Amino acid sequence: MTARFSLASLVLLLTLLFAGAALAVKPDEVLADPALEARARTLSEQLRCMVCQNQSIDESDADLARDLRVLVRQRLVAGDTDRQVIDYIVSRYGEFVLLKPRFSLRNALLWGTPVFLLFAGGIFIVLTARSRRSTATNALTAEEQAELDTILHRD
Amino acid sequence: MVETGHFALVLAFALSLVQTLVPMFGAHMNNQKMMAVGGPVAVTGFTLTALSFAALAIAYATSDFSVANVWDNSHSLQPLIYKITGTWGNHEGSMLLWVLILTFFGALVAAFGRNLPAALRANVLAVQGAIGATFFLFILATSNPFARLNPAPIEGRDLNPILQDLGLAIHPPLLYLGYVGFSICFSFSVAALIEGRIDASWARWVRPWTLVAWMFLTGGIAMGSYWAYYELGWGGFWFWDPVENASFMPWLGGTALLHSAIVMEKRSALKIWTLLLAILTFSLSLLGTFLVRSGVLTSVHAFATDPTRGVFILCILTLFIGGSLALFALRASRLTAGGLFHPISREGALVLNNLFLTTATATVLIGTLYPLAVEAVSADKISVGAPFFNLTFGPLMVPLLVVVPFGPLLAWKRGDIFAVAQRLMAAFAAALLAVLVTALFIDGASVFAALGVGLAFWLICGALTDIAVKSGFGTVAPGVMLRRFAGLPRSVFGTALAHLGLGLTTLGIVGTLCFGTEKILSMHAGETVQLSGHMLRFEGLYPAQGPNYSEDRGRFALLGADGSTTAVITSAKRSYPVRQMTTTESGIKTIGFSQLYLSLGDEGTDGSVVVRLWWKPLVTLIWGGGLVMMAGAAMSLMDRRLRVGAPSRRRKSAGAVPSASLL
Repeated sequence: MTARFSLASLVLLLTLLFAGAALAVKPDEVLADPALEARARTLSEQLRCMVCQNQSIDESDADLARDLRVLVRQRLVAGDTDRQVIDYIVSRYGEFVLLKPRFSLRNALLWGTPVFLLFAGGIFIVLTARSRRSTATNALTAEEQAELDTILHRD
Repeated sequence: MVETGHFALVLAFALSLVQTLVPMFGAHMNNQKMMAVGGPVAVTGFTLTALSFAALAIAYATSDFSVANVWDNSHSLQPLIYKITGTWGNHEGSMLLWVLILTFFGALVAAFGRNLPAALRANVLAVQGAIGATFFLFILATSNPFARLNPAPIEGRDLNPILQDLGLAIHPPLLYLGYVGFSICFSFSVAALIEGRIDASWARWVRPWTLVAWMFLTGGIAMGSYWAYYELGWGGFWFWDPVENASFMPWLGGTALLHSAIVMEKRSALKIWTLLLAILTFSLSLLGTFLVRSGVLTSVHAFATDPTRGVFILCILTLFIGGSLALFALRASRLTAGGLFHPISREGALVLNNLFLTTATATVLIGTLYPLAVEAVSADKISVGAPFFNLTFGPLMVPLLVVVPFGPLLAWKRGDIFAVAQRLMAAFAAALLAVLVTALFIDGASVFAALGVGLAFWLICGALTDIAVKSGFGTVAPGVMLRRFAGLPRSVFGTALAHLGLGLTTLGIVGTLCFGTEKILSMHAGETVQLSGHMLRFEGLYPAQGPNYSEDRGRFALLGADGSTTAVITSAKRSYPVRQMTTTESGIKTIGFSQLYLSLGDEGTDGSVVVRLWWKPLVTLIWGGGLVMMAGAAMSLMDRRLRVGAPSRRRKSAGAVPSASLL
């Protein structure tokens, strides 16, 4: 469901998307328990279909995505917590499967940049504003002050 | 004709070199004649590029399969409109559209820039020419759309079925007008750096270009989002795909530029920052072109196996981004700082806007590039997808949206935050009411939903408050108020409309995400299904034949309260024999601002068919808000102050500063 901003990748992407030309989640996959199914859907949105370009298994029609969707549901039915399901899938397929990378040292730059920029930018703005205001208030030299005084006291 | 097009393209390349070198040396040596060369050359270059583009379009329209590009992307049975839009529905053709728009903007500067200082105009055209030259060379060397086939094939290979849609006619041209429009801001910035001079009048020239580019980019993104929504068949409107991000980053940067240019024009402050933003915004456009054109997105390794195009664009990227930033580092210190302001002021609010928007841009940038970087330096691969962006971009947007209504009401230089808060009391009350109504009557379970609706109403009512306050609502007599309202500068309406559009888009997003419902089921003909109070009956599948496809149409009857059919919704599965591809045509029924959306899945052995059905409340506001934002930009462009010629008349009559002219 990407808006396509370039035709080349668009074509590529959409060709991949349409490879199966069906819908993602199929009726026979849906769990009877609505609470479990809702959890399965939320988890599916966080997991990548590894043969697609930037699609979660929830949206993909690929066979691999279907296998993963079924696997997620099996683990949930077996009583796993959300975290255990994710850990299980990552242990089998690697971190590539996560659409939201983990908070790890390798991903520090990824997660840190937005926070760092916001604070660094904020501090920079405050400091610049301060220094410029202090230079502005010191703007009058002694001669200027004297001249100003004569003007002000002319009457 | 085809060879004429190719020849025109070569000539346009040669002219772009002239356009780069002659005016720039002219400006350097203060030679009026050399500087004057830029204008006519830019116009001629545009004419030649247009000729070249027309030649390719005619080859497409007449299905001339002796041209390899046409053979690869067209078919004689396609409807004429898709034959023509197919011209830019491929790599080579879309690059030709890219340079066509680039030279078009160059020609506009030449045509409307008569009252620019000669040296500035010459330098702007020279930089514009340089960008053109590299892209002409790129097309001629790696992506020639005019290559011939001998013997000519009888039939073409068809345009990708997904692109056989009206969206292709509108989306890429709008998007490129936006993308490439920022090249003008870039050229103005580089020209200012070359001259080492920048003033408020510079901002007055740059602002309309930014507005034009921003307006088209907004339209292009909104159009692309809607296209994806109805074409892809599962009703999403934004995917955080790298290809989307490639266009979203220049939009975010351009939005920041739009706001900082106001400060620069009105108060002569933030000069250096505005200049840097103009450079960065176009750099992001170039980066987007690189990401999308080089194939690097599929995989770093796929890029490495066929790197010709990618490396070429990477060189262009390095040349322009590196060159302009180096120039910036060398020259920026020469530019003098401008007016002072108190932190609580219109300027302060706009600085805050810029802080959040640039951080958001950087977030999208790093999220898009990080997987590539990880893959390039290690054997590992990671994915960065929607959950990452929702978690980082979302929180950055919320505080920004909260302060938006304050901005336009604050005074320049030193504002009174309490007075502004008082004026916004009504808007705040409306937002609070929206939160309570949502929590009590619609969805008490989701705090996010209630606050989201509140935020949207805060934005919408804040924008209306801006107009009300500036017309003197409640403080002057109704007649005076009407006169004031009519006399408000167009840019005030522009600001209010753009912010209103932002509120509408927010409302659409919150409505769709929080209150949307979905059903997936197998249906037999004659069965009914109910979703969020709407009753649908599946009438069955009917085969049909299109010009170059066959399809199975699923008909659904929308039933009224008495069981009678009030509307028919059709969703289809199309099969295109030439490419052996199938597409899903979603069935959409708009009810108020909301939509019922359904698409067909596989057929079962027992004659049933899988149906996926969505109720998408307020979803049309997402794109409607985009249109309102565009209207806001158009309104600002009509402002007296920005209209071509108006300032120069004033200059003549009042003998004011010579730099008060425009464009």
